[in-house]
Amino acid sequence: MNKKISFRINNKQVFGNTGQTVLDVAKENKIFIPTLCYHPDLPIKGNCRICLVEIKGEKKLKTSCSTLISEGMEVKTDSKKVRFSRNLNLELIFSEHAEKCGNCINNIDCQLLALAKRYKLKITRFADRKNDRKTHKFGPAVEIDGSQCIDCQSCLQACELLSGISHLKLSKKGYKQQIEPKLNRFKGKPSKDNGFACVYCGQCALHCPVGAAQEQSSFKQVRNLLDNPKIKVVAQIAPAVRVSIGEEFGLKAGEIVTGQLFSALKLLGFEAVFDVNFGADITTLVEAKELIERIKEKKPLPMMTSCCPAWVRYIEVYRPDLIPLLTTSRSPQLHNAGLIKTYYAKLNPEKGRKIKTVSIMPCTAKKYESSRSELKYKGERLIDEVLTTRELAYMLHKKGIQLNKLKDQKPDNLLSSHSGAAAIYGGSGGVMESALRTAKYMLSPKSRFQALEFKAVRGLKGIKEASYRIANKTLKVAVVSGLKNAQSLLDHLDNYHYIEVMACPGGCIGGGGQPIPTTEEIREKRRQALYRIDSQKKLRQAHKNKEAIEMIKWLEKEKIDHKILHTKYTRKFS
Amino acid sequence: MIDIISKIKKANLIGRGGAGFPVYKKWELVKSFSGDKYIIANGAEGEPGVKKDEYILKNYSQDVLQALELADNYLQAKEIFLYLNHNFKYLERKLKRQIKNKKIKIVYKPKNAGYMAGEESALLSILESNHLEAGLRPPFPVESGYRNGPTLINNIETLYNVSLAAKEKYKQERFYTISGACFNPGVYKLKDNLSIFEVLKKTKNLPAFDFFVQVGGDASGEVLNQGQLQEEVSGCGSITIYNLRDHEAISLIKYWVEFYLNSSCGKCTPCREGIYRLYEMLSSKKMNWPLFLDLLDNLSYSSFCALGSSLPIPIKSYLKNINPSLSLT
Repeated sequence: MNKKISFRINNKQVFGNTGQTVLDVAKENKIFIPTLCYHPDLPIKGNCRICLVEIKGEKKLKTSCSTLISEGMEVKTDSKKVRFSRNLNLELIFSEHAEKCGNCINNIDCQLLALAKRYKLKITRFADRKNDRKTHKFGPAVEIDGSQCIDCQSCLQACELLSGISHLKLSKKGYKQQIEPKLNRFKGKPSKDNGFACVYCGQCALHCPVGAAQEQSSFKQVRNLLDNPKIKVVAQIAPAVRVSIGEEFGLKAGEIVTGQLFSALKLLGFEAVFDVNFGADITTLVEAKELIERIKEKKPLPMMTSCCPAWVRYIEVYRPDLIPLLTTSRSPQLHNAGLIKTYYAKLNPEKGRKIKTVSIMPCTAKKYESSRSELKYKGERLIDEVLTTRELAYMLHKKGIQLNKLKDQKPDNLLSSHSGAAAIYGGSGGVMESALRTAKYMLSPKSRFQALEFKAVRGLKGIKEASYRIANKTLKVAVVSGLKNAQSLLDHLDNYHYIEVMACPGGCIGGGGQPIPTTEEIREKRRQALYRIDSQKKLRQAHKNKEAIEMIKWLEKEKIDHKILHTKYTRKFS
Repeated sequence: MIDIISKIKKANLIGRGGAGFPVYKKWELVKSFSGDKYIIANGAEGEPGVKKDEYILKNYSQDVLQALELADNYLQAKEIFLYLNHNFKYLERKLKRQIKNKKIKIVYKPKNAGYMAGEESALLSILESNHLEAGLRPPFPVESGYRNGPTLINNIETLYNVSLAAKEKYKQERFYTISGACFNPGVYKLKDNLSIFEVLKKTKNLPAFDFFVQVGGDASGEVLNQGQLQEEVSGCGSITIYNLRDHEAISLIKYWVEFYLNSSCGKCTPCREGIYRLYEMLSSKKMNWPLFLDLLDNLSYSSFCALGSSLPIPIKSYLKNINPSLSLT
């Protein structure tokens, strides 16, 4: 690229383009400038006053995140004045943040803590002033602890601009200002759940620099289960976790640690470990079948995916008129757990010991999904607890288990084979592509050419559209990631046969439960890793996963196929 | 159509909001950018100790409306806002009677919005979303203001001067608000280059006792002692007189800090948190002066908008010019 502007940072000559900020160019040149309210996913705010720099000729310090570069500029990132204000502002911010680091999942990722260590700050210079602030709980998924909030407003932006929900608001002003949920979304419909308009996607938590917005943690409950000898605790891991959790152990984004993850879970005390990728193959089979039925029998179209619980909740709360379009297929974690609690339990009878399942998910909304009452089987939850990627990393760190140093292990033999098509469920377009691979086969099983790759539906772009010619029919599809993008699509649904929606940017790789930070660059690396797993597999289509097909047959034979494979949706609040 | 720009230029008008930007330049800038254009007459008058906008609207509202008309002719605005302090509501009936241009809408500054609500970016955030918060600059309102359109924001006094310039009646005068420990408080129209001493003398407000003054607003004005009265009256033209023997230093500083505490929008750390700590210190009477001064310096260096960086002006000038020993205790 042609770099047009020349200027100096800390006496070093650097180059940049018009429109770039000082922070952009500093990053490109590996010059560290601390940030808190800055997040590349969100518009610049300039609230926290941490990324200050001194510019020759300017009286005030400038925030490097918002200051555009200009020719001949002389920037200092660590002058006496910069250190003075940056450190004082950090100390002031610390007085907003009641330290609960000991039990805080976020303490691995906490940007505030990292800066305090880096600059050797006196974090208690000012007494905590927000101790009596409320914690707002949103369903069983997410919470915002006002006593830890540093007023950066990133959660507010994430909720408005990424989710398009605008469920959060800033109330009061000055030092009294606080983040609150909006309560009056549906007037006259009071609800005990004060997150009733929240869809639990967790983008607020993912974009919070200090863990004030966080998942409602389940690690204590999981610890208790693991400590109870009367319970057999098994784990299952989501497709997107294996390409991200390494980051919490110093590995690069996109390193695939599937085998090490299985070892780590065993070390933590899980008696058996399963791969939700198996469940994903089941989901593909169920969903592809339903798609074909809908097209052939002229049932409501477009069919919309339902793997993403935040998306499902969005429909149930905000657009219940579209409920008939959601596939009745359950999500992979439920398909997997459904078989664990039926088939696996039957094969491995435990005298007097109950089986409890724990899902490891890149997601906060999965906590909510697993608690939904219509998904119970014989009155019991199929998934007893859900841990986010971050929570699992926290538990491992606490136990001193260095995931990156472990040897690989395989999952349990049962319910763990999977196709490459299942692996890509973790990225936007993956569900669509898997279903298309299988639908194409189902529609023309004898065709010699079985398409394996549907590249137009891949990638991080918010809205992707494609049309495919399958068995003399044109199938128009759309793939959306980022709930806000879905909202614009809902106005012209007639154009499509099949739509995949994931609430989080990039799909589950950018999920609300994933390691922090998550940026576009990191999402892309995780995404590529998923497609690497797919392309390295011999088995790349769900319908070639014999175990999956056998399992569906077994469910049919037991006459519980409908109970385990399908679900229903209900209008909420409105 | 009269060539309003050359008339403004000839009169050498500068903005009376406090920053002193040449008026013709602002008008030309707004015109130069494309998009729907907006005009805002800023009568937020949030600075305590300043009463001139109210005075002008009471006595010369026709002239102000005339100037808005000229601005509209020049810019072909989509909408025009008369943005007023909520205390001016009593003028509404008269103003509505006088307003002929249907584009002009009267909007009041929210009651709790305070001082900050007169700051241009905050004013825009109120007009657009009714939420008070300072916005990033650039872009400046002349390029991208209300609804991202080029927006002319002029103070009420500036507009009054524009109407005088159009009639070639501008006589290099301005409005001075005088208040505090004096016999003849009020708003006076006098030559615009007078010294503090001259203004006090001409208005028969020169005290017989030892005193000091705050010039340019009770919140952001500089504090000067009796030996500094030869300086010109700056900013928005107000002089507040304090009795030197009678005043209580910590109470006065606390008055300033409390005013800013209640005015801060909450956006940036040095203002939201720093002022909270200044106030806490003053209330507990456990003064840690080095830290107090550090927090003030931090406001000057790193606050988001001009509100935060103006609190140090009265306090530091007071400490320097009136009470140099206080911060050494």
